Amino acid sequence: MKYLDEYRNEGLAQKVVSEIRREVTKPWVLMEVCGGQTHTIVKYGIDHLIPPEVELVHGPGCPVCVTSLEMIDKAHTIARRPDVIFTSFGDMLRVPGSESDLLVLKSRGADIRIVYSPIDALKIARANPNKKVVFFAIGFETTAPGNAMAVWQAHKQGIKNFSVLVSHVLVPPAIASILQSPLNRVQGFLGPGHVCTVMGYREYEPIAERFRVPIVITGFEPLDILEGVLMTVRQLELGQWEVQNQYPRVVRREGNLMAQDLVNQVFEIGDRKWRGVGSIPKSGYKLRYELRDHDAERIFEVEEIDTKEPDICISGLVLRGVRKPHDCPAFGKQCTPEHPLGATMVSAEGACAAYYAYGRHLQQPQPKRSMDGVGVGER
Amino acid sequence: MCLAIPGKLIEISQDPQGVRMGKANFGGIVKQVCLEYTPEVNTGDYVLVHVGFALGKVDEEEAARTYRLLEEMGQLTELEVPDV
Repeated sequence: MKYLDEYRNEGLAQKVVSEIRREVTKPWVLMEVCGGQTHTIVKYGIDHLIPPEVELVHGPGCPVCVTSLEMIDKAHTIARRPDVIFTSFGDMLRVPGSESDLLVLKSRGADIRIVYSPIDALKIARANPNKKVVFFAIGFETTAPGNAMAVWQAHKQGIKNFSVLVSHVLVPPAIASILQSPLNRVQGFLGPGHVCTVMGYREYEPIAERFRVPIVITGFEPLDILEGVLMTVRQLELGQWEVQNQYPRVVRREGNLMAQDLVNQVFEIGDRKWRGVGSIPKSGYKLRYELRDHDAERIFEVEEIDTKEPDICISGLVLRGVRKPHDCPAFGKQCTPEHPLGATMVSAEGACAAYYAYGRHLQQPQPKRSMDGVGVGER
Repeated sequence: MCLAIPGKLIEISQDPQGVRMGKANFGGIVKQVCLEYTPEVNTGDYVLVHVGFALGKVDEEEAARTYRLLEEMGQLTELEVPDV
């Protein structure tokens, strides 16, 4: 299939890299927000292909990573109950709480089931009327429409034994929080392509204006990332701060309006604690009051659980782009994907886990690479 | 979960509760998807699916490109979770 190669064409990638080189006159720090983009960058060594003036730092865009420790502890408290079937996306099962993880609880007899979709959790609730079925509703804006629909259907159809433990996080407030930090180094953003498929990118425009930072909504292919970098650097060099769309083949400015509409009917915006970062005002969704009969935090009275996170790990600084994974003395030593100490190692999409997966704990920070091998697989 | 997985819509139906559902083929794995957010899609279209919900439509080229990238990055494991 010839068209597949258009986004992996070495000549095209080389051309974009040359353009970046031609445009750049001073050092810039850019952040990619989405964990999927971090993955592409590390896998294909894109941060080593681009000119040394342009530094890529990795953002907080992995929902598994940033789900707060106390929310994980709440999940464990609920999942241990004999009257509960606890359902979750598979990614959450290995995430450590203060004492254990869901996989361990499952091995000790808790009824914990991995589901592909919140709709499957709803089906389990229908099939098990004598059990309380709880779904761990995590994610950025990409999973919110699905989770909202499950709650909405449970509400409409009177499925009273279905509830959700909501730990939704939102990208725009996280970007604003990073920019407000006195430690901030980030001067431009590669925006999250798939989040914007759902939400569009209108809500990024006031942020770009207020903080005078360019935000370029970017895809996930190596060439997408390079084009996103070029468009951001070009704006920075010209002193512009617009929201631009590198990914128009998927993303439209308004996003999916039907999905946004149901999300707004089911959820309202509230403060949210992020693992490694702390509380960010108005950075998450919570269930609307009218739907409180489906709110697992209320039903199982776990609202008061408050867990302090360990101080040893620097993931909060990594998530804000202040430090890189190999700046941490524990990285790849005490802290590995098998025994994660903090947010950025707990899921494959976290920056530390991505660095570890591609062997960067074995290397010193590398010299720039040549172009050969873009998109030819594992390196 | 985070990244949308493109699939080809091979069937459209309504579930007993009247919800617009369908089946999508993801590189040989067929899964149920909810189509409530994409009333415009038809059988044969390629949809972008997040946790069982079609949230956008893409052309065949984009679908193939995205699927290959997800495959290379080991981001398709959620499809292995069996349907309930």
